[in-house]
Amino acid sequence: MKGEIYRVAGPVVTIRGIKPKMYDVVQVGHEGLMGEVIRIEGDKATVQVYEDTAGIKPGEPVVNTGMSLSVELGPGLLESIYDGIQRPLMVLQEKMGDFIQRGVTANGLSREKVWEFRPTAKKGDSVKGGDVIGLVQETENIEHKIMVPPTISGTISEIKAGKFKVDEIICVLENGTQLSMMQKWPVRKPRPVGKKLMPNKPLITGQRILDGLFPVAKGGTAAIPGPFGSGKTVTQQQLAKWSDTDIVVYIGCGERGNEMADVLNEFPELQDPKTGRPLMERTVLIANTSNMPVAAREASVYTGITIAEYYRDMGYDVSLMADSTSRWAEAMREISSRLEEMPGEEGYPAYLSARLSEFYERAGYVRTLEGQEGSITVIGAVSPPGGDFSEPVTQNTLRIVKVFWALDAKLAQRRHFPSINWLTSYSLYTQGLSGWFGENVAPDWVTLRDNAMDLLQQEAELQEIVQLVGSDALPEDQQLVLEICRMLREYFLQQNAFHPVDTYCPFDKQYKLLKAISKYGEMATAALEAGVPMKDILSLESKDELAKVKFEENFQDALDAVLTKMDKEFAQLGGK
Amino acid sequence: MTKEYKTITEISGPLVFLEKTEPVGYNELVTINLPDGTTKRGQVLDTSADMVAVQVFEGTGGLNEESGVVFTGETIKLPVSKDMLGRILSGSGEPLDGGPRIIPEDRVDVNGASMNPYSRMPPEEFIQTGISTIDGTNTLVRGQKLPIFSGSGLPHNEIALQIARQAKVPGSTEDFAVVFAAMGITSEEAQYFMEDFEKTGALERAVVFLNLADDPAVERLITPRMALTAAEYLAYEHDMHVLVILTDITNYCEALRQMGAAREEVPGRRGYPGYMYTDLASLYERAGVIKGRKGSVTQFSILTMPGDDITHPIPDLSGYITEGQIVVSRELHRKGIYPPINVLPSLSRLMNSGIGAGKTRDDHKAVSDQMYAAYAEGRDLRGLVAIVGKEALSERDQKILEFADLFEDRFVRQGRDEDRTIEDTLNVSWSILAELPEALLTRVDNKYIQKYHPAHKSK
Repeated sequence: MKGEIYRVAGPVVTIRGIKPKMYDVVQVGHEGLMGEVIRIEGDKATVQVYEDTAGIKPGEPVVNTGMSLSVELGPGLLESIYDGIQRPLMVLQEKMGDFIQRGVTANGLSREKVWEFRPTAKKGDSVKGGDVIGLVQETENIEHKIMVPPTISGTISEIKAGKFKVDEIICVLENGTQLSMMQKWPVRKPRPVGKKLMPNKPLITGQRILDGLFPVAKGGTAAIPGPFGSGKTVTQQQLAKWSDTDIVVYIGCGERGNEMADVLNEFPELQDPKTGRPLMERTVLIANTSNMPVAAREASVYTGITIAEYYRDMGYDVSLMADSTSRWAEAMREISSRLEEMPGEEGYPAYLSARLSEFYERAGYVRTLEGQEGSITVIGAVSPPGGDFSEPVTQNTLRIVKVFWALDAKLAQRRHFPSINWLTSYSLYTQGLSGWFGENVAPDWVTLRDNAMDLLQQEAELQEIVQLVGSDALPEDQQLVLEICRMLREYFLQQNAFHPVDTYCPFDKQYKLLKAISKYGEMATAALEAGVPMKDILSLESKDELAKVKFEENFQDALDAVLTKMDKEFAQLGGK
Repeated sequence: MTKEYKTITEISGPLVFLEKTEPVGYNELVTINLPDGTTKRGQVLDTSADMVAVQVFEGTGGLNEESGVVFTGETIKLPVSKDMLGRILSGSGEPLDGGPRIIPEDRVDVNGASMNPYSRMPPEEFIQTGISTIDGTNTLVRGQKLPIFSGSGLPHNEIALQIARQAKVPGSTEDFAVVFAAMGITSEEAQYFMEDFEKTGALERAVVFLNLADDPAVERLITPRMALTAAEYLAYEHDMHVLVILTDITNYCEALRQMGAAREEVPGRRGYPGYMYTDLASLYERAGVIKGRKGSVTQFSILTMPGDDITHPIPDLSGYITEGQIVVSRELHRKGIYPPINVLPSLSRLMNSGIGAGKTRDDHKAVSDQMYAAYAEGRDLRGLVAIVGKEALSERDQKILEFADLFEDRFVRQGRDEDRTIEDTLNVSWSILAELPEALLTRVDNKYIQKYHPAHKSK
């Protein structure tokens, strides 16, 4: 059945003459632009088109593919950079040069590349959806597990070994089903899992304020809202670089082109701290920058999370960064307004909240269909207009996520980075992860951290008084609290993402740093009680030297030297 | 297709609706022949089998149902040529300087195509503007988009001109070509720019597009796209480094809102259309460097914040797209400081890739961070002093308070024609940092203190 275009208004095209299902992918116009059916009304259907529609006329043909928007899943995803509908940007560049033209299709996975397939199942095995039937070494450290698609089961009648392209048959079931290394999955439908479990392991990010004060669990959800210039993207990129997950999916959704270029430039050269291999080898990038078609931006987060789910199904820990979910919400708003839907708050569609929660709900720590454990941690950046957290996208996100890292423009202005506000941020995983921290970091870690948080809270209250009367008017013990908090902020919380050593801080180092500051605090309090003048306590050289140990390549030696000196200096201060 | 339709059924604001046409392409260019013999141009906004909506650039004055509409079958294109340099064109690309029409080497769609992120080269070449508050603390690099956020009555035009005059890449002899697009500015302001361009000889290497305050608002939507198309052509086809100055983005957004209202769209914040982010991105994102090509497009736009409010949708959405912002402050301006740039809310996101050893100087980042931290604290202390008096401050705090004054007086303040090299800027920085006790310089590595601190350097 052939249809035709009835009306074109920007990315929204009305067609007639065919009877598609909702979310079917259709090819629009002589150039076959890809679009998705988003409304059906009588004999007409409305399509959001993923490419520029300039010059497209009513009357041009429309073909229904009968498929919903799907991604190709199989070896070759890693190290790729895709647009919002899984077209590899590298292939697009080869086909049409440095600027993206429309009407070009490209497969998500290369049909040329040959992979070595090693079967792990054998003839006669009975397999069901999610079962691993063989392995492919995708990159140096990632073994790609070839799984039976979730909806298929049967008994293997033939399984091959050797070198194959992704679309060649490697396994046949007795019921005649032929399997290749590649499977397709519709992006708007979550891939099934065995069971969702409670997240109880932390995602180690090497960022002191995140790991130390507001940890997120593997399989958890976190949001980073902040006004522009407060460091959302740097924080997201730090997480993509240093998170201790097996796979990272990074979605640049409606953001800057130069930022994606930066990631592309940097990731192949940076080393994964866990494996020592280039970070790019564990990364899938999705780049639908702000000037690329808005409908493809809407699709990009679904493309990303579906790829993340696929690796999770193999039993891997995956982290997904979406920068920024506000741009995604705006894409929804833009399309909704072209459909002339009744708007909800601030022009956003009424289904905004539902879409956001559906997306974050695809995160989780799960038992896969095969019985392995895998996880997806979702970290979404939010860009609230004017930095106002009461706007709909931030509010609807906060109702869902468990961790809130609040970026603060004031901190950014004084170059306190990462500019995450320690008073307004929270993590609901802190309690649940305490056991893990006690066992794996140090028994006194939780106490150290709670004390630090307590001091920072006290500082906020004292600052209010200082604002009125000046710090000299405070009693000495309170002045000491202010000084220790300054140390906490400058020595511990501040972290330089661009410093080769400081950019990644292992947990052990975080613990020792915090312990050293707390040691100074204890000794200073004792000295003060013993009658040592405040001025002398504040002028210890070891205190200032502690500021720089985090930058030292040989951290342990530097720290030991400072601590020894500190003991000596305090001993010299004496007291009564 | 030269068929003329006389089937206009409705004229509403800048929009014209027609019936019973052949199929017409979306975004197609339209010419309209008025009964009095004049012609106007427009663009298709909505096209269906039954009805076509056209947005008219020069306004709908004089149009009636007798007017004839011709669909040209193509989208809006700009004739481009290297000879555009030195020319003054209207907001829709027609010569205004009495010169001949541009003989095109090519005709390019003004909407541009989006650059493949994979083809982009991360910008990292330092541009010296000669202004300390930019070079020292908010460094601009080639291929960046860094707007000036200003307010009415502030000297943003002077700053922009100073940058256009002084911008260079140290060690390189290539000059910047300037593409200047005026959107809805007054003829007085335009004159000011033109005189300066002529006086300094900059006009020879400039292309000027003028849409003035009394030109139709709809044309403003096309002007920046024309300018960027010319810039891209010069950069990527003729290997030039192009500095694009768009002024004033606020007028552009007002025109966008006006059009949205005329089309009866659902408004977003403060009545601006919900797609304003995407629309602005389609301008700002047309800056950058492409792998394997020599030229670059750097954008330096001017935006006046309504009511000096940085959370207003126009600066807010811009800030989310551009790679930082230079904020002009009324407070500093009142104090008589030029250029009145407040570095605290200013930011250059690409600064880190453009500075350091081999690019500017090894101590650059540390010096900048230290000054930011101290100045921010100093400004906070000013608030405190107003309440408790200077005497109540500790010795440390008094030093920091003094630093804030020195910073404004010696680092921020400079002459309108003072072209500081990056060395000058960093040396000024050290001379004021030296007024702080060394123990307070926690952001600066000891080796830089040894190397550059006046107290150690002289030894």
